Amino acid sequence: MSDMNNARYAIGIDLGTTHSALSYVDLEASDGEQADQGVLPVPQLTAPGTVEAPPLLPSFLYLPHPDEMAPGELALPWTHDAPASAVSQIVGEMARSRGAGTPIRLVSSAKSWLCHPGVDRRAAILPADAPPEVPRVSPLEASTRYLEHLKQAWNAAHPEAPFEQQAVTVTIPASFDPAARELTAEAARVAGYGQPVLLEEPQAALYSWIQGSGGRWRKQVKAGDIVLVVDVGGGTSDFSLIAILEREGNLEPHRVAVGDHILLGGDNMDLALAHLVARKLQANGTQLDAWQMRALTYACRSAKEHLLADADAQTWPIVVPSRGSKLIGGSIRTELTRDEVTTFITDGFFPRVEAGARPATRARAGLTQLGLPYAHDAAITRHLAAFLGRQAGATSELEGFAGRVDPSHSFLHPSAVLFNGGVFKSAILAQRVMDTINDWLYMEGAEPARMLEGADLDLAVARGAAYHGYARRGGGVRIRGGTARSYYVGVESSMPAIPGMEPPIQALCVAPFGMEEGSDLELPGQEFGLVVGEPVHFRFFGSSTRRQDHIGDVLDFWGPDELQELNEIQATLPAEGRTPGDVVQVRLHAVATEAGTLELVAVDSSPSGQGQRWKVEFDVRGGEGQ
Amino acid sequence: MSQPTTLPSFWSRLSIAFGALFKSLGDAEFAARIRDDRVGPVAAPAPAPAPAPVPALVPTPAPPPPPLRIATPDAALQLLSLLQREARLLDFANENITVYADADIGAAARLVHEGCARVLKEHFTIEPIRGELEGGRVTLPEGFDAASVRLTGNVVGKAPFTGTLSHRGWRAQDVRLPKLAEGHDARILAPAEVEL
Repeated sequence: MSDMNNARYAIGIDLGTTHSALSYVDLEASDGEQADQGVLPVPQLTAPGTVEAPPLLPSFLYLPHPDEMAPGELALPWTHDAPASAVSQIVGEMARSRGAGTPIRLVSSAKSWLCHPGVDRRAAILPADAPPEVPRVSPLEASTRYLEHLKQAWNAAHPEAPFEQQAVTVTIPASFDPAARELTAEAARVAGYGQPVLLEEPQAALYSWIQGSGGRWRKQVKAGDIVLVVDVGGGTSDFSLIAILEREGNLEPHRVAVGDHILLGGDNMDLALAHLVARKLQANGTQLDAWQMRALTYACRSAKEHLLADADAQTWPIVVPSRGSKLIGGSIRTELTRDEVTTFITDGFFPRVEAGARPATRARAGLTQLGLPYAHDAAITRHLAAFLGRQAGATSELEGFAGRVDPSHSFLHPSAVLFNGGVFKSAILAQRVMDTINDWLYMEGAEPARMLEGADLDLAVARGAAYHGYARRGGGVRIRGGTARSYYVGVESSMPAIPGMEPPIQALCVAPFGMEEGSDLELPGQEFGLVVGEPVHFRFFGSSTRRQDHIGDVLDFWGPDELQELNEIQATLPAEGRTPGDVVQVRLHAVATEAGTLELVAVDSSPSGQGQRWKVEFDVRGGEGQ
Repeated sequence: MSQPTTLPSFWSRLSIAFGALFKSLGDAEFAARIRDDRVGPVAAPAPAPAPAPVPALVPTPAPPPPPLRIATPDAALQLLSLLQREARLLDFANENITVYADADIGAAARLVHEGCARVLKEHFTIEPIRGELEGGRVTLPEGFDAASVRLTGNVVGKAPFTGTLSHRGWRAQDVRLPKLAEGHDARILAPAEVEL
């Protein structure tokens, strides 16, 4: 990262499930909390031969048939000297609109696949329902293409400041496990990003809010506040808790907890409404095809936004345009009513539940799609209740908070809420979440939480990421907190085997909670024998609540919610310079990298080994049992 | 540009100018020759706001009075294509509406209205020329811009003129038409669709 010390810009990239964006801070023109910031218009195809530059890049990849496009119609400002193969894939708005008519050639939600533990994320598996003839790409490759596109857009606009020489931050959901983080970093490296830094999206949203307030944030939050960030994007919901500490007279945000990965977002809401309207039309004898269904989804989104923005509107007309040139004769007319939107969106996705509510786990029709593990319970407020309940003691060991944790509280009491994501452009939905949280607080006799105003819902993540790159260079406020989970490997316990039962396992803590970036911890006591040339697998667990475990602690028992099993991990000792079959004694190290990833490293502990190090792989092909 | 030895007079220049104008319009090869010889468009007056190629203009060695411009068809075709894509305007305008009830036309008009508004918002910055309320009294000082304010009714006397603002007017502050690939045929306003 040494070459980035003379970077001119801090670049922030929001690699979203449905949209990506690039923001930047001019380091030379910025001083203190006054950051000179912009958002890069991203040139992209919007129709054959047509290039426009909106601020958002839809995260869609279209793989056209060789006969589908006239030659030269896919030219972008930077493709004049690129090989023909590189311009045969379409990224952005045109990919999305083309894919509506030809879904078998459309790659969407690549990010959700990238963190799907049940599939091989380096294998060419997308589009998931493509016939054999269509060339497929891997989730890793699709993410790489979006990142490459943003890089080329930057280089076309700023030839004087090549992308590779800037300080780049790429955002990820806070809930990403180490394997998904590692894959995102790999995609960025393959796209030519050098050594990008990863940042959690809810943190980026808070950075953006801090920067947008122009210093007034110190008046809106105070030491002792706990900020809940509720980030509902197009495809995922992400929660984080950030406590405000005071150190040496300065306010310091400290991220204390992150939520689980919930595949549920604004697109699910539009889809749910579209299915509702389609059923109404079907009852009247009108059957919609896939193309009309997509048009209906867009129409429902716009109707939903109108009905949720205007409290007086009772109905909103919906028109599904005809496919043929007879617009008036062929279009389908219907409407969406306030009651439907209230039932489906406000009460369906944001019901007023009690603090003790927990998400149901039964399968739900209408949200599932082949392959991705969508959330079974659509109620975001129930997921939120579960998150706050699980994190009731999150601040117990935090400095300045020690006396404030009341064991009678059934959930962690936030004192301020920051919203992020396009869903919350509807003030009704943001208010519903606030009301629900404040009901919970009222029931436990606590003060109501307040809403932090002035968030930029669409571009906050990209902006916050750029600001973070600036803050890392000492220019502004930084959020601390370290890693938000502790990690364990499964070791077989020494109990006698019982026929018909799996041998019980113990969990050995290999990486504790809250490791600050740059720290390197050695697992004490325990050595592992690795067989040269043979991969060794470990079962791997993570916990978002066990803050007290130290590296080397061994757990015999744990609650069902305390540890989540992740993909198994694999250590392979390369055979160079050794005899295959030999056993080498190694010690495990946990390293929290400057880039924001966690690494497990095996270090040769034999006297002749000279401390050689190998990375333990998080992303093992084809995880099972998830 | 090389200097011809005998320069034509003003009136013969005028005649050459109109002759070239109509010949360019009717004869594409002639127009292409003028363009490629770099005789005409070098002195192209009044750059178009759109990032489209500058059209082959009145092709004369000297600027002809009065200068008439031919708008580039590419930008117009592009706008039609956008209005069809976003608002189905061509479908709407070409449909025989006499056979439909107003409610059906109204439903389609919503689509067209929404789409047209989107095209205008995304590709133009359009603002009123006069900030005053319509129906209010306005005074036009001496030397006001006659292109942006049209006087109607009892137009007599001298500036300053005082009258009633009947329309605020519109001005395109900015035009942001999409860039087109070299060789893109702008005449394809909407491709035919064949479902396999």
